[in-house]
Amino acid sequence: MTPDPFSEAELQAWVDGRLTPDQTRAVEQWLDANPDAAKRWRGYRQDAAALNHLFDPVLAEPLPRRLHPDVIRARSWQRQALRAAAAIVLIAVGAAGGWLAHGDRMDRQIAARSLPADAVAAHRVFVSEVRHPVEVTADQEGHLVAWLSKRLGKSIRAPRLTDQGFELMGGRLLSAAEGPAAQLMYQNAEGRRLTLYVRDAADGGDTAFRIEKEGGVSAFYWIDQGLGYALIGDLDRDRLLAAANKVYRDLSDVRRP
Amino acid sequence: MSVTREIETHIPSLRRFARALCHDVHLADDLVQDTLERALTRLFQWRRGSNLRAWLFTILRNQFLNGRRTRYAPPTTLAAEQWDALLTHLPDQTARLEAMDLMRALDRLTEEQRETILLVGLEGFSYDEAARILDVPQGTVMSRLSRGREALRQLMDRNGPPKLREVSSNDS
Repeated sequence: MTPDPFSEAELQAWVDGRLTPDQTRAVEQWLDANPDAAKRWRGYRQDAAALNHLFDPVLAEPLPRRLHPDVIRARSWQRQALRAAAAIVLIAVGAAGGWLAHGDRMDRQIAARSLPADAVAAHRVFVSEVRHPVEVTADQEGHLVAWLSKRLGKSIRAPRLTDQGFELMGGRLLSAAEGPAAQLMYQNAEGRRLTLYVRDAADGGDTAFRIEKEGGVSAFYWIDQGLGYALIGDLDRDRLLAAANKVYRDLSDVRRP
Repeated sequence: MSVTREIETHIPSLRRFARALCHDVHLADDLVQDTLERALTRLFQWRRGSNLRAWLFTILRNQFLNGRRTRYAPPTTLAAEQWDALLTHLPDQTARLEAMDLMRALDRLTEEQRETILLVGLEGFSYDEAARILDVPQGTVMSRLSRGREALRQLMDRNGPPKLREVSSNDS
């Protein structure tokens, strides 16, 4: 058997119709004279044609609206705008804090008063997050608590709210005027979420529980041993107070020797 | 022509390639939509003057690799009406059966052979372009093409016993 006069690459190019007319003619004359080779290579060409026959009609189909670049672009702008809006809330929290931070005791007290406002703002941003509500999930609770304690410079732990029907989802680190702030998120069986916001309040002095209502959510907040706490949720006052009491007990347990 | 308008001219062939990968019309369009979203938000990554069509196919192919077992996974066996929806343009029952044989044969190739055959044979990319899209040397494209085409020919063997035809009648 004589070797094929054409290389594999040339013959594949013939299948794809990429040879010059002269080369094509030469290949086809050779195929006419070599039935075995012809069976193989013309078979490839037949399959290639069948693929085109099967899928080429897609090219003529009208484009569905959702695939128009302008529609896609408008949608991704909307998403970016939402993300930007969330970022602005955070920057505003940070900027207000920054202005308050450079000051004396008076400023500190004002900053302590901004605790519920900051906590509510952070609550609103993250509580509606479906995909990334927390940075570190509850299955790594040890790591989460160690990390947040380290960043806050004070030891905290995640209170148990199981009796109140809420399970820990996880937490994240935020920044506030006074430095880092921790947010822990809990969820109950109905999918309602609570957040516990904790940050430094060294100059604040201990306070009793206070409650503030802002647009549908209630915040219980207090200062205890140099840390400010705010518990926020879309719950009625009594249930939220019960949860806040539990948080207070759990956290003072760990912090009082 | 703006880049966006230029992208628009490539959407029909992106849809054709996606249809051949996913079979299902809606999954394929999901894949194209995801591809276009990525492309339009990452236009800054495209080097002006480089091959826009190859860049789009690279994104689509990577997107498919990431989601082929989840987001774009076709149902294991397509229902009769799904086949019909794919094949409405074919004139008669014989043509439809042949088309089904071809799709089943494509499915039996290795993933590497299938994507290579589709990029080179169906989409007309050069071996060099296909090598870049698939991120392999050109020699690898050549050998996948040879082996894939031979495997496809044997699966489609028009003179042999109609083995795939039997598979399709068992399904129904």
